[in-house]
Amino acid sequence: MNAVGGTIPVLDPPAAKAPRAKVRASGAMATVLYPTIALALLLLFNLLFTAGFFHVEVRDGRLFGSLIDILNRGTPVLLLSLGMTLVIATGGIDLSVGAVMALAGAVAACLIARPEDSPLHVFNVSHSLPLILIIALSVALLAGLFNGILVATFKLQPIVATLILMVAGRGAAQLVTNGQIPTFQHPSFEFLGSGFLFGLPFPLILAVLIFLVILGFVRGSALGLLIEAVGNNPVAARLAGVQASGVKLVCYVISALLAGVAGLIATADIKAADVNNTGLYLELDAILAAAIGGTSLAGGRFSLVGAAVGALVIQTLTTTILARGIAPELTLVIKAAVVVALCLLQSSKFRELLVRIAIRRRA
Amino acid sequence: METALSARGLTKRFPGVLALDSVDFHARAGEVHALMGENGAGKSTLIKILTGVYSYDAGQMFLDGKAIQPVSPLHAQRLRIATVYQEVNLIPALSVAENIYLGRMPKRWGGFGGIDSRAMIRGAKNSLAQLDVHIDVTKPVQSFSVALQQMVAIARSLSMSAKVLILDEPTSSLDRPEVEQLFSTMRRLKENGLAIIFVTHFLDQVYAISDRITVLRNGRLVGEHLARDLPRLKLVSEMVGRDVAELKHGGAADRQSAPLSPFVEAKGLGRSGAVGPLDLSIGRGEIVGLAGLLGSGRTETARLLFAADKPDAGTITVDGRTQHLGNPRNAIALGFAFCPEDRKVAGILPDLSIRENIVVALQARRGWWRPIPLRKQREMAEKYIAALRIATNDAEKPIRLLSGGNQQKAILARWLAASPTLLILDEPTRGIDVGAKAEISALVEKLCAEGMSLLFISSELEEVAALCSRVIVLRDRQKVGELSGSDVTEKAILTKVAG
Repeated sequence: MNAVGGTIPVLDPPAAKAPRAKVRASGAMATVLYPTIALALLLLFNLLFTAGFFHVEVRDGRLFGSLIDILNRGTPVLLLSLGMTLVIATGGIDLSVGAVMALAGAVAACLIARPEDSPLHVFNVSHSLPLILIIALSVALLAGLFNGILVATFKLQPIVATLILMVAGRGAAQLVTNGQIPTFQHPSFEFLGSGFLFGLPFPLILAVLIFLVILGFVRGSALGLLIEAVGNNPVAARLAGVQASGVKLVCYVISALLAGVAGLIATADIKAADVNNTGLYLELDAILAAAIGGTSLAGGRFSLVGAAVGALVIQTLTTTILARGIAPELTLVIKAAVVVALCLLQSSKFRELLVRIAIRRRA
Repeated sequence: METALSARGLTKRFPGVLALDSVDFHARAGEVHALMGENGAGKSTLIKILTGVYSYDAGQMFLDGKAIQPVSPLHAQRLRIATVYQEVNLIPALSVAENIYLGRMPKRWGGFGGIDSRAMIRGAKNSLAQLDVHIDVTKPVQSFSVALQQMVAIARSLSMSAKVLILDEPTSSLDRPEVEQLFSTMRRLKENGLAIIFVTHFLDQVYAISDRITVLRNGRLVGEHLARDLPRLKLVSEMVGRDVAELKHGGAADRQSAPLSPFVEAKGLGRSGAVGPLDLSIGRGEIVGLAGLLGSGRTETARLLFAADKPDAGTITVDGRTQHLGNPRNAIALGFAFCPEDRKVAGILPDLSIRENIVVALQARRGWWRPIPLRKQREMAEKYIAALRIATNDAEKPIRLLSGGNQQKAILARWLAASPTLLILDEPTRGIDVGAKAEISALVEKLCAEGMSLLFISSELEEVAALCSRVIVLRDRQKVGELSGSDVTEKAILTKVAG
């Protein structure tokens, strides 16, 4: 960024605007560069070695194929990673997103199926999809407020504060379903998980829309700047008048809301609320996506675009492994190896080391 | 007196700075030797070289006449040079005895029988008894006061038969009786032939305990004196680098000393352990200085006024109305602005761009839902980069890539952009070149002529005298006087600072 800045000629003000905007873009590009290269390499590998990976066909006016599958399956992690990125940028972490997914899904499923033994049986709202969605997302919102208040007001360490809901959230979900796995039939709700719109899977369209809304909300307002200020130097941010507690609260609420949406998608997809498995370990994938996307876990600068690319990398990797028929016991090992390599590439220390080794070789 | 530890021609260079320039220092057995100096004098560099934390570029060190070259703190310890820091370096959860014997615990049966706790406890008790401290050595260190923890740290040094004991600002967090206890311990130790090096900011304490005083300034040795032969005024003038005899008597003639309507008034403002209760008032458009040596309570006063720290006494009135500030955000809402002394820790957002660093305070005040348009942000950044001559070709560069002085200017820009009614500048000109200093002074004076009030803190008395129409003088965390109008001269300030 520095080097690029140095090449900017001093022009008269109107003309200077255009190249400056480019500098900003290239700065953002730098963090997104490595995950994008990784994604491209993964796709290239599949292009060369996995037959039919790029095959996309139209069936009944709907698109099918591995690529579509990656985008579709990747939506929950994509949604989680956006919220996770914001939380991480404030210097925190949200371990509860997987559990919040399960909780929101359980609430929606029980409102639809109304099993006798669920405490939600008393609510008769199964006829109204908007009410179901609003109630389920409100529960997610409450979870976000709970996390946010613990971290922002009571200054609990984020990892501990969100660990509470990571464990208790699934417990609450079990209370909601009374330990059962309620199944349901509700075509308009199922559309959320398996519907198609304009030939594309509906979850994908929804995720893209949400991504754009969040991006606009965070970068269009000054929230992004204040988040980065709080995460980068909390002491200086406080002295500059940034209200860290408010900023953090908003981030944890966004994170939980996005987890709620992801939970609804996952639940609608399987037409059941499997609270023990919905969103299980997805908080880890979300953290990984944020890290691969170039957001430092120490907080500060963040990239939502990077997080989205990171989520795609993780899903592409998973799909690739499945498509190649690699033995399931190797799957996690391979995934881990790729992730380690990516995270090392995001470390400027490691890149310096590589350069130094290369120079020594040549000498 | 016999020289225990002596250093000759010590020189230490950091990138761009000569931190120590051929400094001689002699610590004599049976003496307390105070090391004095303001910011950037080279005190901590010298201490770090003596204790093996830093290497040095030139010079020699001798212990009892033998050449030594400590390469690490552990090595220095083995050479019997012990250090007790302000932040006591003990392990809080371990017992007193374990801390005293950490890394060299007495073993039973050649190590096969484990640690001989009985011997350890006995030894620890003995070491502490030498200091007249009698506490339960099996209790964890954290259950004792800082003063006692320091005693434990000193006992640890003694049990390693230290010859030289370095006390680095040991009294900063002690109350008066605790300081007395430490001093009596120090007296006893020097009678036993220990060479003690004492670093502090408190003038009274220096004279209460020291036999000899060495003054450093800007990395150079200014002088070594016997404490009883060195008047306080001379000590202070050596520290700040202004000779009283050479100072003019007259201040600026056109100073208005007519009482202004007070804008901000603090009554009995104080915080224990930081600064004593003091009164302070600043008129609209007035420039008030806070003068005093490093550690005299200048920064602490500013932080209380800005609500960066919570005062435990006193009231603040703004425009005649009593305000409970509570946090900086509320202070900023009243139009306060604060450029902190430590820009690295409290000023810059290192990874954010210069533009973002400049707009952040204004943006925080507007609220996140009312973003300053990017075009406006760029204009502001360009304006202040030009006005303060911040040396950069690009406002989008991360601020950490700027030099210290330019970072300082960017932080100043941050507050000027928020158009404050009261600006608090804590050492605004440190690390800034002379030209830029003049520019900043001129700019600030112009803003004050337009009605902004300014609280100006600087170690450079020349600047304080030139800029301020009223000066509040602090010493040893107390307000010791106030000068106004034609009384504001360097000489008068210096005299008050020395006391």
